[in-house]
Amino acid sequence: MENIRTYDLVVIGGGAAGLAAALKAYENGVKDVLILEKEPCLGGILQQCIHNGFGLHTFKEQLSGPEYAQRFIDKVLETDIQYKLNSYVVSITKEKDVYYSNDEDGFCHIKARSIVMATGCTERTPGAIMLEGDRVAGILTAGQAQKYLNIDGYLVGKKVFILGSGDIGLIMARRMTLEGAKVMGVAELMPYSNGLSRNIAQCLNDFDIPLYLSHTVKQVVGKDHVEKVIIAKVDEKFNYVPDSEMIFDVDTLILSVGLVPYNIILEDIGTKMSSTRGAYVDENYQTSVEGIFACGNALHVHDLVDFVSEEANMAGISASKYLKGELNNTSEVTLTKNGNGISYIVPQQYRLDNIEDKIAFKFRVRKPYHKVKVVIKADGQEIKSIVKPHMLPAEMETIKLDKKILVECKELTFEIKED
Amino acid sequence: MKEFVCIECPKGCRLTIDDNLNVTGNTCIRGKTYAINEVTCPKRIVTSTVVVNSKIVSRMPVMTEHEIPKEKMFDIIKALDEVRLEVPVKCRDVVIENVCGTGVNIIATRSLDK
Repeated sequence: MENIRTYDLVVIGGGAAGLAAALKAYENGVKDVLILEKEPCLGGILQQCIHNGFGLHTFKEQLSGPEYAQRFIDKVLETDIQYKLNSYVVSITKEKDVYYSNDEDGFCHIKARSIVMATGCTERTPGAIMLEGDRVAGILTAGQAQKYLNIDGYLVGKKVFILGSGDIGLIMARRMTLEGAKVMGVAELMPYSNGLSRNIAQCLNDFDIPLYLSHTVKQVVGKDHVEKVIIAKVDEKFNYVPDSEMIFDVDTLILSVGLVPYNIILEDIGTKMSSTRGAYVDENYQTSVEGIFACGNALHVHDLVDFVSEEANMAGISASKYLKGELNNTSEVTLTKNGNGISYIVPQQYRLDNIEDKIAFKFRVRKPYHKVKVVIKADGQEIKSIVKPHMLPAEMETIKLDKKILVECKELTFEIKED
Repeated sequence: MKEFVCIECPKGCRLTIDDNLNVTGNTCIRGKTYAINEVTCPKRIVTSTVVVNSKIVSRMPVMTEHEIPKEKMFDIIKALDEVRLEVPVKCRDVVIENVCGTGVNIIATRSLDK
């Protein structure tokens, strides 16, 4: 009979979320941990995010992405946490079989008593945004261009246009400019930027790179390689404004048009998914499959890695509780609901008696707001309202609520109230 | 009176500074320093990569240990072109001392054994 190795915890993904979850579970008594990582080193996407600004919350310092990762990697190396590199997880089952493959071991079947999904996210592609025009070389996502430049040492273009004002796009505008490329401009479909305000300041304004709000790429033109992009203004309904075209002679178009949680292996086993395209989770970051937890960008896309680590810590603690039989999965659940102006809330449900003293709710607003209130209602009754001077879709909001004020209810609604 | 967005942390406070260097809109001391620097001598952290003879990756991420005057950014990037690092490198190892006469070191921001 096949002798199948069973681990107490298998963490899928060795990036920011996976490292923190594995460490936290280990600190809480789970010693038999395996991290499966598809890349040749631990650290995940942080390894190519060489800019600074990571770790202000966690370490009170401004670290580069690789250094932030290094701190967690060094800690993992001090423990008995096992990890396998170049190892791609092909599938899992509800019974927590894990199938992965790598060059050394071939195709492997292991079992887990608990799983943390920390698979991160992927970039939206030209196809995903139905980019119009010629399908030629020279169209890359910002993350691809970043990997070529920061890991492999290749600058992908000399004259660049960027579509989308997501943070990676802004960071790449600065990075490519410093390395000798001319970034002609950044177009953003929405009337506001999708990146952090600080990145507009230090990545675009510092280098006089224009930002065209309410603009998009109407057409890519080229024979074998990008030769020009045609930009047009859009109205409120995202229709092109006539005669608003601008032509840029460029050799490269970089897309920074959003990230999507990467969850194919969870979807395959019928796990309940949410509107974030991440798993539907409870207050313990447990998915609809008992003993399988999700955190980080695989759950919902974060703007700050510090918050990824924090969330992964929670998932790690939950996995340890689950293994000790301390997770209550039976009492009444309260559903969280995104009301007016809010695009999603994590977690999607909670059990009041599982909360120790506080619970964090994370959400994003649908559009920029200034001087508004976030109103929280339990079955329609207002239980708290919080004044917010500024809220942007690009910035994830967190509200921590005391267990004391969370009365028993079926539905907890978050909504924006404008004066 | 000048206005700008603070880049010290992801919060992105909207700062204003008047001719007497009075800062408002900041929510921490770093914002005040940033605003004063921004009108007197703007400073930035520079991050980039240098060549390394590793078997896993071909570039080592590096950064200035502290802020440097903004106008030196491109000179520093140029100085990094000359660097050839050999493994092993430890995170925080000094790659260039006193880069371009700024008094600031360039440090590695990743450990590579092989």
